[in-house]
Amino acid sequence: MPRIGVFVCQCGNNIAATVDTKKVAEEMGKLPGVVYTCDYKFMCSSPGQEMLRQAIKENKLDGIIVSACSPHMHEKTFRKAAEGAGLNPYQCEITNIREQCSWVHHDKTKAAGTVKSIDLTRMTIQRLKKNQPLKKIKIPVKKKAMVIGGGIAGIQAALDIAEGGREVILVEKEPSIGGNMARLSETFPTMDCSQCILTPKMVEAELNENITLYTYSEVEKVDGYIGNFTVTVRRKSKYVDEERCTGCGECIEKCPFKVDSQFELGLNKRKVIYTPFPQSVPNVPVIDAPNCTKIQKDKCGACAIVCGPKCIDFKMEDKLVTEEVGAIVVATGYQNMPNERFGEYGYGRIKDVISGMQFERLASSSGPTGGEIRRPSDGKIPQSVVFIQCVGSRDEKKGVSYCSKICCMYTAKHTKLYSHKVHGGQSYVFYMDIRSGGKRYEEFVRGAIEHEGAMYLRGRVSRVYEKNGKIMVQGADTLSGNQVEIEADMVVLATAVVSRDGADTLAQRLGIGYDKYKFYNEYHPKLKPVETVTAGIYLAGTCMGPMDIPESVAQGSAAASKVLALFSADEMAREPITSVVNRTTCNACWDCVTACPYTAIEREAIKDRQGNVVRWVAKVNDGVCQGCGVCVAACRSKSIDLKGYTDEQVFAAINAF
Amino acid sequence: MEHMKIPYYPGCTLNTVAKQFDTSAREAASIIGFEMKELSQWNCCGATFPLTPDNVIGLTAPAKVLSSARKEGDTLTTLCSVCYNVLKRTNKVIRDNKEKRNVINGFIEEEYDGSVNILHYLEVLRDKVGFDKVKGAVKRPLKGIKAATYYGCMLLRPFEDIGIDKAESPTIFEDLLRALGAEPVEFANKIECCGAHLAMNNEEVVTNLSGKVMTSAVDAGAELIVTTCPLCQFNLEKSQPRVAESDTGYTPVPVVYFTQALGLALGQDIETLGFEKNSSDIMPLLKKKGIA
Repeated sequence: MPRIGVFVCQCGNNIAATVDTKKVAEEMGKLPGVVYTCDYKFMCSSPGQEMLRQAIKENKLDGIIVSACSPHMHEKTFRKAAEGAGLNPYQCEITNIREQCSWVHHDKTKAAGTVKSIDLTRMTIQRLKKNQPLKKIKIPVKKKAMVIGGGIAGIQAALDIAEGGREVILVEKEPSIGGNMARLSETFPTMDCSQCILTPKMVEAELNENITLYTYSEVEKVDGYIGNFTVTVRRKSKYVDEERCTGCGECIEKCPFKVDSQFELGLNKRKVIYTPFPQSVPNVPVIDAPNCTKIQKDKCGACAIVCGPKCIDFKMEDKLVTEEVGAIVVATGYQNMPNERFGEYGYGRIKDVISGMQFERLASSSGPTGGEIRRPSDGKIPQSVVFIQCVGSRDEKKGVSYCSKICCMYTAKHTKLYSHKVHGGQSYVFYMDIRSGGKRYEEFVRGAIEHEGAMYLRGRVSRVYEKNGKIMVQGADTLSGNQVEIEADMVVLATAVVSRDGADTLAQRLGIGYDKYKFYNEYHPKLKPVETVTAGIYLAGTCMGPMDIPESVAQGSAAASKVLALFSADEMAREPITSVVNRTTCNACWDCVTACPYTAIEREAIKDRQGNVVRWVAKVNDGVCQGCGVCVAACRSKSIDLKGYTDEQVFAAINAF
Repeated sequence: MEHMKIPYYPGCTLNTVAKQFDTSAREAASIIGFEMKELSQWNCCGATFPLTPDNVIGLTAPAKVLSSARKEGDTLTTLCSVCYNVLKRTNKVIRDNKEKRNVINGFIEEEYDGSVNILHYLEVLRDKVGFDKVKGAVKRPLKGIKAATYYGCMLLRPFEDIGIDKAESPTIFEDLLRALGAEPVEFANKIECCGAHLAMNNEEVVTNLSGKVMTSAVDAGAELIVTTCPLCQFNLEKSQPRVAESDTGYTPVPVVYFTQALGLALGQDIETLGFEKNSSDIMPLLKKKGIA
């Protein structure tokens, strides 16, 4: 005969107002197997927990029920308390008599609530009688991490993990790490030079012994589970031997062909063998194969001739590398929405209509104009510039419904940079609202308006066109209620921040969720902001949605701390609520394999003594299984059960109703 | 291309004051090799698409046109931008909104499901015939004529309902003019409104808006303005003398329907193109360019 104890919580008045807890306890005491009952004001309080421990010891209980709030709230608390008294924690069950019982019944006579609580608790008692003691699952953890994306968020995450003494592989798609931040001129609100604060971190990442850089590389395949991922990385051919290259730049000098530079967003040319920008890390050039005449037509080869250490190999091929890691940080960043989508602003048709990022390059001292604001068409210094905000942002019809968050700030920064560099120049900003929430952000925008003379016009622009060599900007000023027309020399579009092309493909490879804009989903928007639903995979930076540099850096560090916490023990303990297959009845139809959203089910061969395969059965990988129970529902031969929620337990509860 | 017969909805204006638009289009079609078969029964399209969502009665007139078109084929072509706009948007409502479809069908006592494909004459030329083929049929290229292609608004907007071309940066009209040998000019107000129905009660607005269209075209070097809509044509032609009066720097230019320009390029007899019905005179320009 089991020895069960029932503890009914009053939760102050939360439960007691509509449930007679004393009566519930008394009624339960009459059931066979129940040897101890009580009710108490706050079971979750320290004295409540102590009472629970005492009762277990004194009455030699082998199972307990706490009828209280939802198991989401305090299941862990009570299981821990039970464990403290020497009970298997999974012999502690919770009956929820608050959220779906006392809170929804308003009967002050307490009749309805009491009857329902009695029913619910009785069901749990019968369920508990069928419980099996369970043990936490221990998983070995590989103490090496991978960070995908070498922008500021990824660099920060890699540096912090490396500082914590763990090995990190930093994978970057482009030939250099640095990401979008490497393109920026100055940063708001402090106006420090972006490259000056970024490049030391890039160099640190290159020099840190715990960090391995895989630039010009992309993640192809991810297998495994928390603590034990196997990642296949495609290391695209650079046609330059990274080990032997000294970074002298002789090859770049001699290359006779030029094409548009992606890094400079088409504002400048680069050679066919190139590094994206002068401070590239690693400082190893790559050959742009589709544009290289040697690779395409076997003509030229000048770079190989001048290369001192002879490290250029035109026959080099992509390499697939497999890495075993325990955790993955995804920091793949953002891109801007194509400006061509907005025909009314004339981007692509009118040469001096440029994007905000192109303006960054014009203002950058390492940019195509050496930091002078000169317009692309004729290189003249523009005497008036119109900035258009919310190009695609907050525009459900033509763009995206969300606010891109950073544009108000960087546009204010642009007007400041412009007024510093072009004295007497006039800037105009068309805006919807000024959103400058952040430390010293509002002051920054006010400064641009009040001290630097930027003219802010609240309204939208309807059309941008050329007239007599000027760019005419037609729009509304809703504060004065007038239509305005401004003659400008240059127009800058603050285009929406969107997710990267291929963000969805990578998410599918990793098994993480994403929203309709292909931004990655965090586990919980407030309380688990850098975790994903897939254990062991963390997020940082703008792959989750628009954010600025300080936020991206904070998230990089947050993700790193999660990784370091995971790596702090040799084994990781997990809840044992996982599926288990009955090998004798499994008929290998593999419906469970198809149904499992976490690819946690494998095919296992059953062999005879000679080692011949006799038959196949399904096998659940405890490390990956999340205990969702989909396979249980899918199994036609009823061969799968979910530990802690077995059919036997559930049927017992239903029968007791 | 086989001989193609396309059901055709002229609309009221093309049957009356814009007769030259209708005749030149039919003639051009027969030269290119297709026939515009006028619907045996048709009525006014209503001339405006009702913007209040519960105004279903405003959709019954165009729905009647559509249902009689359905009986004569699966496509319907039209020339007037307003008719095109109203028919296409009504058709979409009938196709996508089952509730409204039932109400409308109840009113007009027909069973119409929205399956007719509405094509503007420009779309027929681009998608069914092909501008290359049009170019091949040109006998009298409009060489050296700088033409402003004035789209107006009804032909393009709203983009989700109409979709003939990119609403903010269309090229279909320029592509046609280029095929005819003319040089399209890029001008600011090519897709702005002419003032439309305000011609009835607020002429000042029309003069202002149409004036901006014409001055921006002429500033961009246009010697000819080409239109796709009888109301645009009317407003532009009517406003032009006033614009010339108030703006001393402005030189009036001829305004013609695109089908007249098309017929001209295809080598039609100039006498039959109905230029005399236009209030601006194109002949001096044609003489200057050595075309007539």
